[in-house]
Amino acid sequence: MADFFTWTTLLGILHSTVRLATPYLYAAVGETFAQRSGVVNLGVEGMMLMGAFAGFYVVFTTGSPLAGVLAAALVGALMGALMALVSVTFRAEQGISGIGLHLVGLGLSSMLFKLLLGTVQGVDGLPELRLPLLADIPAIGPVLFQHSILVYMAFLLVPIAAWVLDRTTWGLNIRAVGDNPQAADAAGVPVLLIRYATVTLGGALAGVGGASLSISALNIFQENMTGGIGFIAVALVYFGGWRPYGVLLGVLLFSLVNSIQLWMQVSGVGIASDLAVMMPYVLTIVALAFSTRRLGQPSALTKPFTRGSA
Amino acid sequence: MTRFSRFFLGVISAAALAACGAPAASAPTSAPAATSAVTAAPAETTAPAAEATAPAASGEPFKVAIVMPSSTTDLAWSQSMYDALVAVQQEMGGESAMQISVSENMFNVTDAAAALRDYASAGNDLVIAHGTQYGTSLFDLAKEFPETSFAWGTATDTGADKGLANIFAYNAKAEEGGYVNGVLAASLSKAGKIGVIGPVEAGDAKTYIDGFEKGVKDTKPDATVAKIYTGGFGDTAKAAEAATTQIAAGADVLTGSAQQVVGAIGVAKDKGIPWFGTQSDQSSLAPSLVVATQVYDWKAVVKDMIAKIHAGTLGGTAYNLELKDGGLKIVYNSGFTLPAEAKAAADKAIAGLTDGSIKPLP
Repeated sequence: MADFFTWTTLLGILHSTVRLATPYLYAAVGETFAQRSGVVNLGVEGMMLMGAFAGFYVVFTTGSPLAGVLAAALVGALMGALMALVSVTFRAEQGISGIGLHLVGLGLSSMLFKLLLGTVQGVDGLPELRLPLLADIPAIGPVLFQHSILVYMAFLLVPIAAWVLDRTTWGLNIRAVGDNPQAADAAGVPVLLIRYATVTLGGALAGVGGASLSISALNIFQENMTGGIGFIAVALVYFGGWRPYGVLLGVLLFSLVNSIQLWMQVSGVGIASDLAVMMPYVLTIVALAFSTRRLGQPSALTKPFTRGSA
Repeated sequence: MTRFSRFFLGVISAAALAACGAPAASAPTSAPAATSAVTAAPAETTAPAAEATAPAASGEPFKVAIVMPSSTTDLAWSQSMYDALVAVQQEMGGESAMQISVSENMFNVTDAAAALRDYASAGNDLVIAHGTQYGTSLFDLAKEFPETSFAWGTATDTGADKGLANIFAYNAKAEEGGYVNGVLAASLSKAGKIGVIGPVEAGDAKTYIDGFEKGVKDTKPDATVAKIYTGGFGDTAKAAEAATTQIAAGADVLTGSAQQVVGAIGVAKDKGIPWFGTQSDQSSLAPSLVVATQVYDWKAVVKDMIAKIHAGTLGGTAYNLELKDGGLKIVYNSGFTLPAEAKAAADKAIAGLTDGSIKPLP
């Protein structure tokens, strides 16, 4: 316990937090767009898995990490478009279709892995990018500014998403479609098109989030490697009150607790490992229970849109 | 339109289930449902026990079915048994002599129980439940199918005290290889800080880690062993983050167990940290950094079970893999240059474990 509050530990916790947050950020920010337009996409996890596999396989065969990221985004977008087809065009119940999409992603990525790779293999993924000057700051420089490009992009995504949602016409339309699709429709906003766009964008970001594991953090693909990240990301969108900065806060808090428990175990703090592992999840549930304000929740969330019926 | 959307949803769910089921229940040679029609199970249950040898005598292939929690290619627990089955199959003369049916990724015990039942009623000669968590289901089945031989591990309970005579149990003394790896790790570590990435504190993962820690302490009493348990078996991302944390905390040698370790080995490879493996040979993942792996070789166990079944004994034996009988092997990776004194220390440890002068558990 005595050596828990040292510089090494504190910087280590910070470093782990940044790394751990990355896949959650992509998935949760993408999900924020979908939910602001009124669609809950529970298939995020499956989309991440497909993105993780597509990204890995492309890097494995072509050796180009950039092509891998693009492939992951593309495959994620296709999965997102499929989700939109089912839940927007065919108006299927969003929760059920999301879980269906998750299972498709889980099964398909495992099957393709079996067929095309057979066993766990490694690739050279995205290299660490040392930001000049910033990385030279003592102590925190290497912790914050020596990561792969996907890590920086994840954090850049938050202000961009906030700007798009709050300051652009497209963002205004997304919010209108999520809060009052009838009125938006009457005002000439293409409700279905907007929902297609946000769910597809959410899928693409989930795909990149998956790739941030398979070709940046781990450089391998294994069946079901996301291990629940996509589902936690959906919960973090609620936690963050449907605002990108709120989501960022939730992701950071979750990742911080997660890295604290890792470091507690390493430092030999006397806590049962099962309890330590539970900590971030318990925190998420507690935080969700206390954030009862539903002010930010889009009114039309989970409701399929039919023209003319209120 | 609503009717159509419901139909479409049905199609999607069916597709999901199909896609999900495909890799999980890939039975290369015989699907349970198909074979159950061929072998008349009721007829067999009325036959006396002595006739259990009949299938082999009549020239039919010996049929083995296995249910495993991860995949046949996990480079760990499941693969260790699958590789042994395939090796025995080749020795016996290929698919015409021995058929292997596999259900992979049965981490869900309910699914596993259903698969085990299917395999038993499909007339397999030996049904293997490759996981401690399947025990309860297995004991129920063994009662119901007294003519079928069952095996499970890691376990030592053959159900003899419950009056069951058709269960084999198998166990790996993982602490032995753990001890040897610990001796090697302590010899290699310059910082005296060694990191362990464990799944949960149970089963052969726990005994491996306990043995490893003892090996380290017996070699370098002042070295520290830091342990992180991820709380699962297959979460690659968590294992990788655990490895990163260990390295940041100063560990310069790592080990770990369960199928999750592929994530940790990736990190070890990136940072140039030597790795010690267990269960299956993991050298292929980091050819220059995996130092040694404790490999489970179940071949002798599988062969003995088959021989016993042919002789009419359907269970009752509890097997233990040990260094002594070659069931446990320390496989060195030729891509890693091991200092001579470290190798000598490991050899001494193996000798001590074999003759019993070293106790691998605290």
